[in-house]
Amino acid sequence: MLLLTLVLAPVVAAALAYVIAARLRAVLLLGTAALHTALVSLLWIAPGDRALGGWLAEDPLGRIILTLVSVLFLAIAHYAIGYRREEDPRGGRAFVSCLLGFLGAASLVVLSHHFALMWIGMETMTLVVSPLIFHHDDRRSLEAVWKYLMLSSVGIAFALLGVFLLATAQPHGVAGGRPLVFDDLMANAAALDPVWLRAAFVFLLIGFGTKMGLAPLHSWKPDTYGEAPSLVGGLMAGALTSCAFLGLARVSAICFAAGADDFVRPALIAFGLASLVIAAAFIIGQGDIKRLLAYSSVEHMGLLVIGLGVGGVGAYGSVLHALNNGLAKGLMFLAVGNVVLVTGTSVADRIRGLHQRLPISGTLLIVGLFALTGSPPFGLFISEFTILRGILGASHPWIGAIVIALLAIIFVGLAAMILEMVYGNREAAAGRSEHGEERKWLVVAPLALAAIVLLLGVYIPRPLSMALAAAAATLGGAAP
Amino acid sequence: MTPLAELVLLAIVFTDFAVLGTSRLSSCIRAIALQGLLLGSLPLLLHAELNPRLVVLAVSTVLIKGFALPASLRWAIREAAVRREVEPLIGYLASILLGAAALAVAFSVAGVLPLPSLPTDLLVPVSLVTVMIGLLVLITRAKALLQVVGYLMLENGIYLFGLTQAERAPFLVEVGVLLDVFAGVFIMGIVVFHINREFDSISADRLRELRD
Repeated sequence: MLLLTLVLAPVVAAALAYVIAARLRAVLLLGTAALHTALVSLLWIAPGDRALGGWLAEDPLGRIILTLVSVLFLAIAHYAIGYRREEDPRGGRAFVSCLLGFLGAASLVVLSHHFALMWIGMETMTLVVSPLIFHHDDRRSLEAVWKYLMLSSVGIAFALLGVFLLATAQPHGVAGGRPLVFDDLMANAAALDPVWLRAAFVFLLIGFGTKMGLAPLHSWKPDTYGEAPSLVGGLMAGALTSCAFLGLARVSAICFAAGADDFVRPALIAFGLASLVIAAAFIIGQGDIKRLLAYSSVEHMGLLVIGLGVGGVGAYGSVLHALNNGLAKGLMFLAVGNVVLVTGTSVADRIRGLHQRLPISGTLLIVGLFALTGSPPFGLFISEFTILRGILGASHPWIGAIVIALLAIIFVGLAAMILEMVYGNREAAAGRSEHGEERKWLVVAPLALAAIVLLLGVYIPRPLSMALAAAAATLGGAAP
Repeated sequence: MTPLAELVLLAIVFTDFAVLGTSRLSSCIRAIALQGLLLGSLPLLLHAELNPRLVVLAVSTVLIKGFALPASLRWAIREAAVRREVEPLIGYLASILLGAAALAVAFSVAGVLPLPSLPTDLLVPVSLVTVMIGLLVLITRAKALLQVVGYLMLENGIYLFGLTQAERAPFLVEVGVLLDVFAGVFIMGIVVFHINREFDSISADRLRELRD
């Protein structure tokens, strides 16, 4: 019942958003987000719920990602209310409705233990996010939406073919278990046909990899994040990509259990390294802060699949990193959103002296910079460090060295742009534009996210560390 | 019933090549409509005993892929006043040759794969070749409407593969029909964008402003 409510409550609210009065929509959005978070916290008290005959089920891995989605959505819903006072996005009704629809679809993806159901959630997520990207009625938004839809729809089609192939790999009858149910696939992994399983993995890697934005399937990302409203960018970089990662992690878990390591692990590591290389190459010399964050997202997705690929403590680090990265991306996109609202641009050269104009958001940008680049004392330091330990533990010293070098380049690229934006001389900004000052409402959500990322760097609560260890065990890894 | 099903599968390959080789948009749409009708007949031809679920699947496939989507493509041509000729990025002869190569690859791959027991051996290779030719059209044709046709073929290929699992998990093939939503969204998008007069010509080629 609880699981069904988590999926259906946002969907009902999304429909309601169309019929109720405009001033009630803010209440509906925030109320649904708060209800969702409250229900998710119940999952931590009484875990192991299932519904629809096991098609919807809750496990430690799903619980962690769902908590990320829910908390991030709550922060973004709070931010959205203040944001809509400053700049009303196209179609207020559709905007709120699509946001809520996104929450429902994301919950379905996370809670589905049936691959076809998960695929339906993934497709819905793609569709409801597109109107959110099409923010300005102009040519650039149009191009971003078209690219996003084209690439994701091909990706999602490949993912469906992958799901069909996975069903083909399952032997008929009792030996294979129920078709496409995750728990049955895991339990009977040894009976899966190795050839069809590998084919399924290839297509699901391409499909979910497109949704995650792994290089070389990332080309929608900078355009989409660059054009979408910042809060939508935060939702995509923090929640949508994490849900896609969860899908990939589940498929990989099945492959590991079936003993297809020799094929799956190198593929994951190769995609991860390619993502880091592309991110480093395009972060250096990037001129737009939102596009910079998009490449940073490519980088972190790369780290996630590398952790998954090396296994051991790397898998533990990977799940923790998904949590940390999602929250930090939310923080960063919301802080950038405040900057864009006041300066009217996301072109870095035109933004200078934020420490005077937007003292809180400017500070948050600095905090976000150190969080995203994995500096202590933030949560991402611990998770990146654990992934590195996993790489070395799997005796890949060269991969470890390459990863460290690329992370250093990325740090320099991010720091160069952001420090200049915050502390640079205000008079030096090209084509300065001024309207308004910092809004108190809009700093609450990024401040809260910053606090959580900081907290996770200092202290990991015991229930979380136990869930992380259990999730890592599912992914063929171990707790450090 | 199997010989008839194999005939239908061969006709589907024929429609794949028809889309590759024609220069008129309306012929491409006619070919994709025919492919939709053929696809709809397959659930009934492949399975010996008819159950209501298969009939519903067949009827809805024919209605969506055979009639609704082609009709909306024609509507888009009228509404958006698209020029009728197709200008591919690679020539027709090259397209056909690539299609033939795809056919060879599909049959040799399908020969290697350990096949589950199926009513006909043609199902998997025809599915693969339709997926590949769909991708080819999607990549090599500049016009947005033809990219939609390519996407439809890609979908149809996946649907064909889904039919291999239809007996065990009928739910799966039904899920595949959901991909048509995307095709619908694309067609809507083309018309809406055009009405907005954002583009003088809806060539996806022109969407090249955002780059690094």
